[in-house]
Amino acid sequence: MDADVAIGLLRTMWRIRCFEERVVQLKRSLQVHGLIHLSIGGEGVAAAVCGRLRDDDAVYSGHRAHGHAIAKGAPIDRLMAELMGRSDGVCRGLGGSMHLVDAEHGFMGATGVVGGNLPLALGTALTHHLQEADRVTVVFFGDGAVQAGHFNESINLAALWRLPVIFVCENNGFAEFTSREEHSTIERVSDVVAPYGFERTTVKGSDVPAVWEAFGGFLDAARGGEGPFLLECLTYRRRGHYEGDQQKYRDAAAEQEWAERDPVAQLTRRALDEGWIDDEAAAAIEAEAGEAIEEAVRFARESPFPEPAITAELVYAR
Amino acid sequence: MAREIPYIAAVQEAIRVEMERDPSVVFYGQDVAPSDEDPLVQAFGRERVRVSPISETAEIGMAVGLALAGYRPVVELLMAEFMLVAMNQVVNEAPRLRYMSGGQVKVPAVFKAGYGFTAGWAGQHTGSIYGMFMGFPGLKIALPSTPADAKGLMATAIRDDNPVCYLINYLLVLEHGDVPEGEYTVPFGEAAVRRSGSDVTIVATGWTVGRALAAAETLAGEGIEAEVIDPRTLNPLDTATILSSVEKTGHLVLVDQGTRHGGASAVIAAEVAEHGFTSLKAPIAQVTALDVTVPYSEPMEAFVLPNEEKIAGKVRQVLGEAPVAA
Repeated sequence: MDADVAIGLLRTMWRIRCFEERVVQLKRSLQVHGLIHLSIGGEGVAAAVCGRLRDDDAVYSGHRAHGHAIAKGAPIDRLMAELMGRSDGVCRGLGGSMHLVDAEHGFMGATGVVGGNLPLALGTALTHHLQEADRVTVVFFGDGAVQAGHFNESINLAALWRLPVIFVCENNGFAEFTSREEHSTIERVSDVVAPYGFERTTVKGSDVPAVWEAFGGFLDAARGGEGPFLLECLTYRRRGHYEGDQQKYRDAAAEQEWAERDPVAQLTRRALDEGWIDDEAAAAIEAEAGEAIEEAVRFARESPFPEPAITAELVYAR
Repeated sequence: MAREIPYIAAVQEAIRVEMERDPSVVFYGQDVAPSDEDPLVQAFGRERVRVSPISETAEIGMAVGLALAGYRPVVELLMAEFMLVAMNQVVNEAPRLRYMSGGQVKVPAVFKAGYGFTAGWAGQHTGSIYGMFMGFPGLKIALPSTPADAKGLMATAIRDDNPVCYLINYLLVLEHGDVPEGEYTVPFGEAAVRRSGSDVTIVATGWTVGRALAAAETLAGEGIEAEVIDPRTLNPLDTATILSSVEKTGHLVLVDQGTRHGGASAVIAAEVAEHGFTSLKAPIAQVTALDVTVPYSEPMEAFVLPNEEKIAGKVRQVLGEAPVAA
C-alpha cells in the first residue's frame, strides 16, 4: 500500500458511503422504490478487491451490490438512476438494486437469490481459461450463501477444473436476520473449503490494506491461469439486512465496537499517520464524493421513467 | 443430401456440425464422452467436450456464465427432471438476465435433456414437464418429433442468442427418418403441418405427433380428414398456423404427453379460445396425460398416456359423431 493506492481506495469508499447514505434518504422519501440492501461499514472489501481489477475482469455480486458495482467502475449517475427506476439507469430501470449489471465495466451482475450466481462465475472463468486470457473472475457472496447447494457445487467444480476464479466471501456474521452460529457449525468460511486443497485465507474486512494485500496475491496467481482461490473478509453490516429492517437481533455493544473499526475511518487514520494526506485533503475526498452523489441524484431525477414499449425488444435477444 | 438416420444420431450430428462451424460452442455434461475414443472428443478435444460431475446447478449456472462471456454452451442434462434440481439457474438466472440488465447481455445456452420416457422409468424420469417452462419469458422450448427436426432444431438452438430447453423425447430416439447432411437448421416458431385435412385440427407435440398421425389414418377410413400440426417449439409458439387451421376446420383437439393442468395444451387452448373463438364450431378438446405422476406398471403407464384410440375418440366427439363423455 502506498499513498496513491490509499487515496484511490479512500475515494472509492467515500463514493460508496455517500451513495448509500443518500439512498437511505431517497428510500425514506420514496424516491427510491423497492427493496434495498446496503453495505455501509463494508466498503473496504469492495474498494480493495475491485480496485485491483481491470474492466475486462468479470465481477459478480449478490443482493448487497452497490459497493461492488461502484468500485468496479459503474457510473454512479446511472446507478442512481437505476435505483430510482429511470430509463437512464444502467439496466434501463428494469433491474433495480438487486440486479445491477454494467457489462461495459465487467460488472456482470448482481443476483437477488443468495449465492444464486456463484456458478455463473465458473462459466466466465472457464471462458477465460479456454481463451488462455489473463482475465480473472471474482464473485462476491455473503456467509449466508455458504450453506446453500450452489456454493458447494461451485466450489467443487471450480477446484476440479482449476478455474481462475476468486471467491470473495464477505462474512458479516449475519445471514439476513440470524447469526452465523444458527446456520452452521463451521465458523470460518475459509475452513468450509479446506478439503478441496486450494489456497484460501481469512482477513479483517475493515483492514483495507490487509484485503488489498491478500487479494493481490491471489489475483497475480489467477492472472497466470491458476485457481480457484477463496478470500474471506470479516466485515460488519452497519445497516439492517434491508432498509426498513427493525434489527431486533442486533447487539448494541457490537455495533459500537464496529463503528470504531469502520474501514473508512481506519484507512483515513492510516493515511494521516503515514503523511499520505492531511486533514484538509481527507475532508476534500469526502466532499468530492458527496458532490458527485448529488450530481448523480440530479441526473437521475431528470431521467424519464422507462416506456412500456421497450419490453418487446428486451425479453429476447434477436 | 438426406439419408436415413435415427433421431438420436441426428441430435449428435447437429452438435458436431455446429462445433465444427463455431469454435465458441462447447459441450459438457454428466457422462458425456466417458472415453477418449468418443468421436466428439476425437474431433474437438477435452477442452471443448467435458465430463461434469452430477451437479446440475453448477453445470447449468456455468453455462449461463459461459454464454454471458460469448460462448455457446450445450449442457447434457440427460433427464428433464434433473433440471428441477437447478431451477434457479434454468428460470431465475438464464432467461431473466437479458431483460433485467436492460438488454446489456445475452445468454445463448442450450439445456439438452430427455423427457417422457414412459418405458418403465417411473415417476421421476418420465415427466413431460415443459409446460411449466412456458411461463418463463426469455426461455425458449424446442420439442423435436422427427429425426430431421431433431437435427435442425438443435442447430437453431445453438445459434439462438437466448437460453433454449431442447427436449428429446426418449421414446423417439431410435426412430429413423430422412435427415439432411451438413449444416441444417429448422426455424423456431414455425409449426409443421404434418398432414392436411379440412374437418378437424389436431395439434400434437413430440411423441404424440406420431400417435396423432396414426389416429388421423384411422379417421380417414371413416371419412374424417384431420389436419395434424406439430408446433415444434412451444416458445416461440406458432399460434398463427394453429389459428388459420382452426379457421378452416372449426374443430380443435390438442394432444400432449404432459399433464392437462398447467401444460402446453392448456396454453394453446387459451390462445385459440381467445383469438379463434368465432372459428370454433365445437368446444376445444384435450387429450393429455392424466394429472397424475406417471406410474411404473406397464398397463398403468398406458392408462395415463394419450394414445391413438383416445385421440380418435376425442375427434369423433368434437365432430358430434360420438357421445360426449362425462
